[in-house]
Amino acid sequence: MVADLRRCVGCQTCTAACKHANATPPGVQWRRVLDMEVGEFPSVKRVFVPVGCMHCEDPPCMHVCPSTATRKRADGIVTIDYDLCIGCAYCAVACPYQARYKTDVAQFAYGAPMPNEEIGNDEKRLGVATKCTFCADRIDSGLAKGLKPGKDPDATPACVNSCIAQALHFGDADDPGSNISELLAENQFFRMHEELGTKPGFYYLWDRK
Amino acid sequence: MSRPTTFGPRPWIQQHWDARAAANFMLGGSGAGLLAAAPLAGGAPLLQALGLALIALGLGAVWLEIGRKLRAAHVFFNPWTSWMSREALAAVLTFVLGLLSVFSSERSLTVAAALSALLFLWCQARILHASKGIPAWRAPQVVPLVMLTGLAEGAGIALLFGDVAALVGLFGLALLARAFAWSRYRTALRLPCAAALEPSGRALMQLGTVLPVALLLFSTLAPEALWLAGLLAAVTGWRLKFALVTRASHNQGFSLPHLPIR
Repeated sequence: MVADLRRCVGCQTCTAACKHANATPPGVQWRRVLDMEVGEFPSVKRVFVPVGCMHCEDPPCMHVCPSTATRKRADGIVTIDYDLCIGCAYCAVACPYQARYKTDVAQFAYGAPMPNEEIGNDEKRLGVATKCTFCADRIDSGLAKGLKPGKDPDATPACVNSCIAQALHFGDADDPGSNISELLAENQFFRMHEELGTKPGFYYLWDRK
Repeated sequence: MSRPTTFGPRPWIQQHWDARAAANFMLGGSGAGLLAAAPLAGGAPLLQALGLALIALGLGAVWLEIGRKLRAAHVFFNPWTSWMSREALAAVLTFVLGLLSVFSSERSLTVAAALSALLFLWCQARILHASKGIPAWRAPQVVPLVMLTGLAEGAGIALLFGDVAALVGLFGLALLARAFAWSRYRTALRLPCAAALEPSGRALMQLGTVLPVALLLFSTLAPEALWLAGLLAAVTGWRLKFALVTRASHNQGFSLPHLPIR
């Protein structure tokens, strides 16, 4: 995934779209946008930074997981098997991106479940680690229909589809012809906490080349 | 004013592991230290039984923290990369060897149980070191610190049950080594979380090292001084580990090496 920091306006639509699509409980934001104020008066800037699971190439959460619940798919998406996870939260303290959550009791935004929460409510997600899945089910179902992730909305994560500023992009970084590869070729980018060697799969664009 | 090199929210304390997880490091560390010290002490079966009980209590405390308690056995599934799985396996080995030793009083089994307990202690230390999200835990210096404080605590508790010269020697050495390990760790940890460890670190040095060493020297006149020395070493070690897990466990927040050029 690519987030263009020059374009993000901090509207949190991606956050809302993620919450709607995944029916996450209050306080759990698999996709969130940090609102940072940097600099000193009069040169103060606001920077909006989408964060969440970085789907690292070398994910520390997977290595520490004692139950093998956390795994990495061939396409690089890091997943959690809710039937295996014991909810020890070791992955949560091993993740340098604060991307993991654990909820012990079912909670809904307005007390009683909303229609999307009724559909998305899953007992399996209680007492275990949860995080952004890059909407893996949506990607898989799109791929089964012959659609292309990052190009066809039905095969693309909800946060990317919802972005009003085209700040979020999704695709295959290993494919030299993909939208992601083009963006990375044309722009300067960084990855969060790169010094830790986790090789995040989430790139931030900050300037033209 | 110079421009900061990174930008982002400040670190905050993780909320996933609380006192229950800390109890595993406190009680499990002391229990493993007791088992490791047992071959040098008289009345080894009693010490070993106490050590095993402490390890069991620690694991019981952490069991209370997990979200899916009935699936606890899944903890054994990933010994290839997870130090938590390895710790669980080392605990099983320690219990088997420890119980066999308690009931047979075979010297070789006592030594085997001690080595297994050291393995358990090492896995505990590596659990913290593998937590990349917490700078105070992932520092390599945390491994000798956690191991040596476990050994010092265990040897200190063992002194309550007997004052064999070899055990007193082990206790003294462990105390000094722990103080050195703390000093190295503290030097390496130039982070906001370091302040959270200062009170317990100071107590470890003053009440947990200097005073016990003085009491050791005084113990030829008053043998009871050894008990106090042992207790002080254990309590200050527990306090430090409690602070390490619950107070100094700041994450590193988020940071941007570059700001967007709009």
